[in-house]
Amino acid sequence: MRTPFIVRLGRSFDARSWQMVGLFAAFALVAVPVMHLLLPPENPLYLSTYFITLTGKILCYAIVAVAMDLIWGYGGILSLGHGLFFALGGYAFGMYLMRQIGRDGSYQSDLPDFMVFLDWKELPWFWVGSDSFLWVALLVLVVPALIAFVFGYFAFRSRIRGVYFSIITQALTYAAMLLFFRNETGFGGNNGFTDFKRILGFSITAPETRVVLFGLSALALIGTLLLARYLVTSKFGRVLTAIRDAESRVMFIGYNPLWYKLFVWTLSAMLCAVAGALYVPQVGIINPSEMSVANSIEIAIWVAVGGRGTLLGPVIGAFIVNLAKSWFTVSFPEYWLFFLGTLFIVATLYLPQGVVGLWVRLRAGRRREEATPGVVAKGVEA
Amino acid sequence: MRTIGLLLCGWLLSAASVQAAIDPSLLKPLASEDSDTKIMAIAALAQAAPEEALPVLKALADNALAVSGERLLIVDGERVFDAASNTEIKPAPAAHETIGINNRVRRELSGALAALRLFSADREVRWQAAQELTLSADAKMLPLLDKALAAETDSEIRARLQLAHAQASLGSTDAGVRHVAVRALGESSDPNVRQLLMPLTEKRGDAWVEPDSAVRAAAGTSIRAIEQRLAWADNLGRAFTGLSLGSILLLAALGLAITYGVMGVINMAHGELLMVGAYSAWAMQSVFRAYLPSALDWYLLAAIPVGFLAAALVGVLMERIVIRHLYGRPLETLLATWGISLFLMQVARTLFGAQNVEVANPVWMAGGIEVLPNLMLPWNRIIIVAFSIAVLAAMWAILNLSRLGMFVRAVTQNRPMAGCVGVPTGRVDTLAFGLGAGIAGLGGVALSQIANVGPDMGQGYIVDSFMVVVLGGVGQLAGAVWAALGLGVFTKFLEGWTGAVVAKIVVLVFIIIFIQKRPQGLFALKGRFVES
Amino acid sequence: MNAVDLLLPESEDNPDWDSGTAELGHILQPGHLDLSHKVILYLEDITVSFDGFRALNKLSLTIDAGELRCIIGPNGAGKTTMMDVITGKTRPDEGTVFFGQTIDLTRLSEPEIAHAGIGRKFQKPTIFENHTVFENLELAMKTDKRVWRSLFAVLDSAAGDRIAETLQLIRLDGQANRLAGLLSHGQKQWLEIGMLLMQEPKLLLLDEPVAGMTDEETERTGELFISLAGRHSLVVVEHDMAFVKQLGGKVTVLHEGSLLAEGTLEEVQADARVIEVYLGR
Repeated sequence: MRTPFIVRLGRSFDARSWQMVGLFAAFALVAVPVMHLLLPPENPLYLSTYFITLTGKILCYAIVAVAMDLIWGYGGILSLGHGLFFALGGYAFGMYLMRQIGRDGSYQSDLPDFMVFLDWKELPWFWVGSDSFLWVALLVLVVPALIAFVFGYFAFRSRIRGVYFSIITQALTYAAMLLFFRNETGFGGNNGFTDFKRILGFSITAPETRVVLFGLSALALIGTLLLARYLVTSKFGRVLTAIRDAESRVMFIGYNPLWYKLFVWTLSAMLCAVAGALYVPQVGIINPSEMSVANSIEIAIWVAVGGRGTLLGPVIGAFIVNLAKSWFTVSFPEYWLFFLGTLFIVATLYLPQGVVGLWVRLRAGRRREEATPGVVAKGVEA
Repeated sequence: MRTIGLLLCGWLLSAASVQAAIDPSLLKPLASEDSDTKIMAIAALAQAAPEEALPVLKALADNALAVSGERLLIVDGERVFDAASNTEIKPAPAAHETIGINNRVRRELSGALAALRLFSADREVRWQAAQELTLSADAKMLPLLDKALAAETDSEIRARLQLAHAQASLGSTDAGVRHVAVRALGESSDPNVRQLLMPLTEKRGDAWVEPDSAVRAAAGTSIRAIEQRLAWADNLGRAFTGLSLGSILLLAALGLAITYGVMGVINMAHGELLMVGAYSAWAMQSVFRAYLPSALDWYLLAAIPVGFLAAALVGVLMERIVIRHLYGRPLETLLATWGISLFLMQVARTLFGAQNVEVANPVWMAGGIEVLPNLMLPWNRIIIVAFSIAVLAAMWAILNLSRLGMFVRAVTQNRPMAGCVGVPTGRVDTLAFGLGAGIAGLGGVALSQIANVGPDMGQGYIVDSFMVVVLGGVGQLAGAVWAALGLGVFTKFLEGWTGAVVAKIVVLVFIIIFIQKRPQGLFALKGRFVES
Repeated sequence: MNAVDLLLPESEDNPDWDSGTAELGHILQPGHLDLSHKVILYLEDITVSFDGFRALNKLSLTIDAGELRCIIGPNGAGKTTMMDVITGKTRPDEGTVFFGQTIDLTRLSEPEIAHAGIGRKFQKPTIFENHTVFENLELAMKTDKRVWRSLFAVLDSAAGDRIAETLQLIRLDGQANRLAGLLSHGQKQWLEIGMLLMQEPKLLLLDEPVAGMTDEETERTGELFISLAGRHSLVVVEHDMAFVKQLGGKVTVLHEGSLLAEGTLEEVQADARVIEVYLGR
């Protein structure tokens, strides 16, 4: 009798991890709403809108980081184009948000403002159905997946790997950015989408809506972690890391790396897209600069700082880097790039396993155990 | 224009002394109140005495012709000359009245003046006049043009005059004359001539502008001929811009060809090394402006070694501090050098401000060579093409002829073996990286002449230059050269059809597809060791 | 249906794959290894060149089913390139490679060739260093190796038994949960051989399998190979003449990409051209 899949999925986390997940879920789904909605602003436990928006944003980034870690930390494929999938998810959902503005835009037209500005008379074909939440939710998943699949199929089939692949993905997102900068592309050009009013009829700036979006982001992160944990502990995950370490050996024992890479690559792109779709209503804007080369590389540094090849690491990394970013850009904007630049260098030179690896090493050192290479990568997943 | 004016004045002064007198009866109608009389008089004067009439008509155009009784005078400040004999009158007559002209007369006058200058002894003046006439000649000038054509010996000017003649003939009432003229105009490659012929093939209201159908047909043929020639020049121009874009890409990519192509180091801070070079040019400009203002035009020559050394120094530091610890880990190298690039960008911002700085072209780089009426090759681009060829040659020489080059090649082919036979591999790495960085610095100096110099400038080139190296194939100088030039020309031609952004996207997509077919680039290395 | 089925040569319009060998009434089964002629591998006129250098030059070779064949030859003779051609890593410029009577290896990818029943051991032991010994064997085990299956794969007890058996055979039973990267060089060689066996291949290609092993390990490896012959076909590339002697099968000598001599070890050692190649110059 085979164990049902859902049970196996549940077993990916051990009891202690489930406790942590439960704690996190309780915080995000109960404590945060209470502390934001019910407490008066004077209360020291009151959570500000700033806190909710910032943390919600970083939760989305954390999903991206885990997605990146699946492909890079476990698959050994460094993508410098993940910003593209994030932005595509954001744009797809942004279409819905734009349609929800209705006639409340500056031109009081049924069309989004930028189309009126371009003197367009009707919606372009790819906007058809964008007023339906379900259709757009489908687009969020399917469009990035399709692009990732087609691109990945050709890239992996011709055995483009390593740095070559990174550079090609970089070119991909760069090309997409140029495309989205054009007004004629139909996604608002430079300005992208902004000034959203409603989501499913609810005001997008209402505290309740924010809290719900925050909770959804937290759930999405938990789901991503659970899925990722299942993947990397399954035989699929073992094949994936085997491809990372010795691709030719994998081929000669009869696995076709193409499909393995393609699966995890497409999945990773879809996770990014979901994160993007959750991100846009929380920050209230999406524009082509999300597809810039720099943004995509920054994703890699979240993973590197946290610890690649672990699942908790990327989440920690996304929080460390982005909290630092919001602190710096407010207090010392001119030092942010110095900090980020140094972080890139230090993380690659001195933290090959990120802060998670550092912590494990320190603990192992205290226990006077002989730290063995590789154990670090294995021991701390989730 | 100013030089021409000076030349003209000089010629006028020298001519003044030897001129014979003009018949006063020809001059007199110029003072008439009636514009028609004036115009007739101008034409008559120009025909009768082409050389002597020039100063008079010029004075008329400059509001310096006056009348005093029966005599016409040319007033030049305090001095007054007799218009007929062009001799100074002393003492100057007390009262005289300036002859005024209206716009209609002025138009006639300028045509006549240009026509008159056709008879100048100075080739430059005649050339200038012929050019002016090409667009403004009308039927009244035909006799004059005939005369000028008969006298003209310079073939270039003759060609121009024939064009002007043809154009003047367009106004003729004789369809045969017009037909000949239209066909003659078909020889031109001037977009303005095309504009001139266009109306002949069009209808105004219900009637054809050109009533004769044979002339219309000839006009159509001529227009097509001109357009063909224009398109050709256009393509030539695009090819040249493409070539110059390619040579910029080449300069940006040559450094990468060493650091990535030969050493296998992915250097994402390469664009910032270009920036270092560009800021060096700006710094040298400032230094020269402050201490050597007389030699300001030559700051660029000083910037070349300075840019090379500055970028090379940054490169050496990068290699020593960061990159050497990451050999064999290309993905980590990529991330660390990206960090360096952010760092360098912020350094530039802190030192020089977030705004672009202004780097001026030296005077000797301004202007250009006019190859065809609609094709001008600017000097700065020509010089950059030449410069990149020189850098390429120098780099080839260093890699293939010098000891360092030999070491670099040895180390890249077999590092442990090179070490065993006594090549100081560590130092070779540093030097080679410094060389690659220095060449990027040279690219930056060149870039400063045609692009904005600012902290973010490097970011714009990084994708392009990697594309060149990827397309050209790793470890291949020849590959980098062909890829850079090919990409440059291809991009410019595409831009002609599709606009810049779409062209860029198409090129990127093309490269992505190309890599599918030839993952190792244009000039692939084959063999047993390639994959390991 | 496995991937190999889809990519087999069409049986009707391919003139050269069964000409002269087909018997009447012989039924073709696509993807099935046809050993009706007792030959498992045909190499015919294989030429491979890299930038003008001919690594293989009209090499022809046949391996009988169940045979244990040793291939020797000086460095650069083309031994590794030959294995690359058989396993699909390198495509020959000319020539044909057939696995049994029906399977054209030049048309298959590496994983498809592995599926068809050819296992390969590299010159340098290649195992998954970040996986445990157990996982290495699990990954290699003959099973459906498509993505979807791997996603939901559960190890059943029969598979566990097979892994345990192999662990014993390669004498790593105490090390099952150790990371493969921590094994000694000889143990890694054994692990790789173990992985090969887990694949249940019909033909094993072994590139210098005993390099870096102690004499005792070498001896045991030899015994293992001899015991495998018959059920499997083995092609062993080796420099160690004592080992070749121990294996005792037919020996093929390659030189400059072509076949120089073939026979028992004594025969080829007596061959004047072989002596010339090894000792001359």
